[in-house]
Amino acid sequence: MADTLWVLVTAILVFFMNLGFGCVEAGFQQSKNCVNILSKNFVVFACSTLAFWFLGWGLMFGDGTPWFGLQGLFMLGGADNSPATGDAYQGVYSAINWTGVPLLAKFFFQLVFAGTAATIVSGSVGGRIKYLSFILFSFLLVGLIYPTVGHWIWGGGWLAKSGMWDFAGSTVVHSVGGWAALAGALILGPRFGKYGPNGKINVIPGHNLSLALIGTFVLWLGWFGFNPGSTMAADPRLISHICVTTNMAACTAILGATIASWILLKKPDFGMTLNGCLAGLVAITAPCAFVSVGSSAVIGFIAGILVVLAVIFFDRVYVDDPVGATAVHLVNGVFGTLCVGLFAEDWVSPNTTGNGLLFGGGAKLLMAQLTGIVAVGIFTFLVAAIFWLLLKYTVGIRVSLQEEIEGLDIGEHGNSAYPDFVIRKPHYSMVSLGNVGSEEEIPEKKSSRRPSYAGKG
Amino acid sequence: MKKIEAIIRPEKLDDVRIALERAGYPGITITEIEGHGLQKGTVQQWRGEKYKVDFLPKIKVEIVSHDEDAEKIIQAVLQASYTGAVGDGKIFISEVDEVVRIRTRERGDKALV
Repeated sequence: MADTLWVLVTAILVFFMNLGFGCVEAGFQQSKNCVNILSKNFVVFACSTLAFWFLGWGLMFGDGTPWFGLQGLFMLGGADNSPATGDAYQGVYSAINWTGVPLLAKFFFQLVFAGTAATIVSGSVGGRIKYLSFILFSFLLVGLIYPTVGHWIWGGGWLAKSGMWDFAGSTVVHSVGGWAALAGALILGPRFGKYGPNGKINVIPGHNLSLALIGTFVLWLGWFGFNPGSTMAADPRLISHICVTTNMAACTAILGATIASWILLKKPDFGMTLNGCLAGLVAITAPCAFVSVGSSAVIGFIAGILVVLAVIFFDRVYVDDPVGATAVHLVNGVFGTLCVGLFAEDWVSPNTTGNGLLFGGGAKLLMAQLTGIVAVGIFTFLVAAIFWLLLKYTVGIRVSLQEEIEGLDIGEHGNSAYPDFVIRKPHYSMVSLGNVGSEEEIPEKKSSRRPSYAGKG
Repeated sequence: MKKIEAIIRPEKLDDVRIALERAGYPGITITEIEGHGLQKGTVQQWRGEKYKVDFLPKIKVEIVSHDEDAEKIIQAVLQASYTGAVGDGKIFISEVDEVVRIRTRERGDKALV
């Protein structure tokens, strides 16, 4: 009873993260696209639910090959006598027979994780993606890509057998979402006016940092379901441990990002700080049940610094990711997975990971983690890219230039997020000051002109 | 009749209003505007990149008054809106051809009282 209660309550918390993603993404982007962003984050959970119910669960947890499930594929139809566990279990979803809860509790819990991966993608493609294409891609992601990777690591597949460990999904959820987001951002191209001729990086500020804060806190709250819930058992010691490591990483990541932003950018940029918190949470997702509290502090701190560097990096290589989905989920999903190989200590969850490199376990675990990261990266990025290209050359993935300038709210939905508000937008000069001396040196008036609409793509 | 258009710092609006109360004025229109003169813009940043905001928010205070009251009003605005830093603003004075009160259809000086 306690186990089932625990699984369902934490699943409900993870479901709530969809609100978090919606708020963060909306806050980080322009008001003219607000309805579109909220819609994507709203509808994506519906797509995820259907795709995961129809095929995703079966591919991920059905008995089959080391690469994907073959039995009980469709609509949870396979034989199953959950909550029986271990040897008493008779059914086709053996990979998840270790948790003593009903089948639908397992399904519901895994479903909200799949939904998280899908909603990550909506951030990086914001501001220029066609609503229909995003919906179609989400079905493909949750129906095919996510469950395949999930099968490898959680479904008893080849990566699990080779000793790779990902407790709550730094790789399975976050890096999968991240790779798909990266593929999307690359194939879609940057927002109009984001990168000027001669490679200037123009700023498109978000319209509501209050909303972004709300979203981040909601995600943080939800993560207290995401990580501890993955025990799928009300194990008092372990779930307490995971709550603390999760929180610790988030907090040190906030500090790491603040310090990095203060030093690199001269001021503690709030957008960076928010991303920092999320980066820490992503990074601790894989190791949370395998590392000490002290280690989680270190992991979080590094993640906070990493995300600041990653956001700047992706912009410099002209990957337009309005919310930092790639910097937060991809980069730190990878980093968190590696951290298992470095920081794991056997006593935290005995007889699972063993000790990592820094605690005398040698490099074996680390190598298994690395193998997983590379395999998942190649697979996810390639298949996602194929799907994006397929969509591009059939229904098209990008809105017209006029629609992009007007705002997707009007073009895709015929709505306006703030029809009653007087939207007063200061006229930005669209001149990047990246390397022009200090703040006090303002360029002459003649070089700051009205926005020029010469974009790269 | 003169139109007195004063572009002032937003944070000075209360001081200017109080000074105008004391000086007396027939009516007032306030608009929120953006612009700049000698005062340069500010530099802000977003996720690793800096950008310049060229235009600064100001308040435009418009008053139409009798010729003989204009100087009194101008002095009130001047003293209340002054800080001494670049960006205090400007006052433009122009001639008004005609004034009509909509409720009574009165024109000219009577409409301005």
